[in-house]
Amino acid sequence: MTSPAASSAIRTNGLTRTFGAFTAVDHVTFDVRPGEVFGFLGANGAGKTTAIRMLTGLLTPSSGEAWVAGHDVYRESEQIKRDIGYMSQRFSLYDDLTVGENIRLYGGIYDLSRAQIRDRTERILSRLGLSHTAHDAVGALPLGWKQKLALSVALLHEPRIVFLDEPTSGVDPITRRQFWELIYEAAHAGTTVLVTTHYMDEAEYCDRISIMVSGRIEALGSPAELKRDAGASSIDEVFVRLVRPELAGGGGPAK
Amino acid sequence: MSALFGLLRKETYHILRDRRTLFVLIFMPIVQVILFGFSIRTDVRDVRMVIVDPTPDATTLEIRDRFAAGGIFRILGVSPTASPLDHLFRTDTAQVALIFEPRFGEHFAAGDPAQLLVITDATEPNTGASRQLYVNAVIQQYESERGRRAGTVQIIPQVRSRFNPTRESTNLFVPGLMAMVLNIIAALMTALSLTREKETGTMEALLVSPLRPWQIIVGKVTPYLGIGFISVLAVLGVAKLVFQVPMEGSLALLLAEGTLFILVALSLGILISARTSSQRVALLAAMMGTMLPTQMLSGFIFPLESMPRPLQWISIVVPARWFVFIARGIMLKGVGLVYLWRETLVLAAMTLLLLVASARSFKVRLQ
Repeated sequence: MTSPAASSAIRTNGLTRTFGAFTAVDHVTFDVRPGEVFGFLGANGAGKTTAIRMLTGLLTPSSGEAWVAGHDVYRESEQIKRDIGYMSQRFSLYDDLTVGENIRLYGGIYDLSRAQIRDRTERILSRLGLSHTAHDAVGALPLGWKQKLALSVALLHEPRIVFLDEPTSGVDPITRRQFWELIYEAAHAGTTVLVTTHYMDEAEYCDRISIMVSGRIEALGSPAELKRDAGASSIDEVFVRLVRPELAGGGGPAK
Repeated sequence: MSALFGLLRKETYHILRDRRTLFVLIFMPIVQVILFGFSIRTDVRDVRMVIVDPTPDATTLEIRDRFAAGGIFRILGVSPTASPLDHLFRTDTAQVALIFEPRFGEHFAAGDPAQLLVITDATEPNTGASRQLYVNAVIQQYESERGRRAGTVQIIPQVRSRFNPTRESTNLFVPGLMAMVLNIIAALMTALSLTREKETGTMEALLVSPLRPWQIIVGKVTPYLGIGFISVLAVLGVAKLVFQVPMEGSLALLLAEGTLFILVALSLGILISARTSSQRVALLAAMMGTMLPTQMLSGFIFPLESMPRPLQWISIVVPARWFVFIARGIMLKGVGLVYLWRETLVLAAMTLLLLVASARSFKVRLQ
């Protein structure tokens, strides 16, 4: 049986998650192509993180369908886990372990060989310019470096798809730029990237974006398409026009 | 398996690098043994008494009635010979034995010294001593009511303190202390280290990885099993060196039972962490759920016999109660599994139950 999503990196159909009476993600349908950098935009509480959690197997959907790397999220979560990388909003490295130990830990968890772990540690450290801090505790690094390191660790096992949940929140613009360079490098190497953000300028870096408002996808397309359709000059403007009716109606959850 | 090994190594690093916590974990048991080496007074009721009366007559029957009526003693039986006593004490059936000398009544009636041997199980030295005092009081009252000089009944205070011949209160505290320390290390530290990963978000990274939930748990708790075992050895070592606490039974059996108790505590810690999402809540839950019952309801400080019934019932679900009983039995009485299999089985059943419960609530998927 071939999965209905063999040609897509991620495909969802009516994916929904409710918490009691609150619907966090409301019948979301989208399709991410292999090798694409797909942006998930939305205000805080729009449902981005909930959607990512369902796709990474941290949360069971209430209804709807979803496939990640061709695997069904309900029945094949074990296979999905081998094919994806994940970097959460809350930074996923251990502060009291050194840079090298963190890389080795995750390398071991993803069943990499010693030689692979050694080579990739080398590569990551030299790419990030961290070679001199390999034996420093991660907790001592500046936030920007931690974020870049966390991304590199999420990519360590060369996953087919990587999920980045607000990876750049709280870092300075220069570090954000460097971070996006790393994202592009991964995409060029063939990794599909799904990234959430609430920085509208970052949306311009994505191949395609979806804008979520109160759990629904209100717009989906390339940044150029969205701007053209809305007659706006920037994604920021597109976003505000989508969100404002909600706010005016007084219905949308602020958080 | 290398993934699991990696997790174990990582957890060991966490423990070794948190110097202050490690210091506390290692020195706490030693400090506690020394602090608790001093006794705490206790009171008694419902003392289980056995009477040996080779020549029953009116006088001995009357004295027996006095003991039966006072409310402090419960007479389990009367035997013509002292032979069953050893067994009764060893199985903790009897706590006090009264032994009338042959022809006690004749001597008493003649005003001659009539000898009464009182044997107290002084496994618990303070309670043992106060039971002795109660016996003396009953006899003295009888003497004065019969118009006899005090001392007509020669109470032989050969309080052959059965299983705690040195009557050191420390002997009594050591098993309870082990339970306390193991609760802190196994239940509290495990709960904290698991909830810490939830707080920092690293738990998500582990849950998204191909690791199985059982691997995550085993990787997290195994180092604490090791530390717990080391603490048991530390407590026993200090108890032996500083207070000369005896080890009547098998050390190997005690260590095995200790390991079983660590497993109970670890499963409790896992259950707590599965049900809580912050370290603060986990800390409080571990205090309420393990430390407090261990201190109050295990018989560690306060004898269970003198507690109100409802508390005695509650104590049934406190794992430390069973462990304290087992450890005292092994260390002070030298009994083996033959006498302790029931308590051991209770601990094993508790471990199983807690593991099943925590496996159910440990969420592979968060929320």
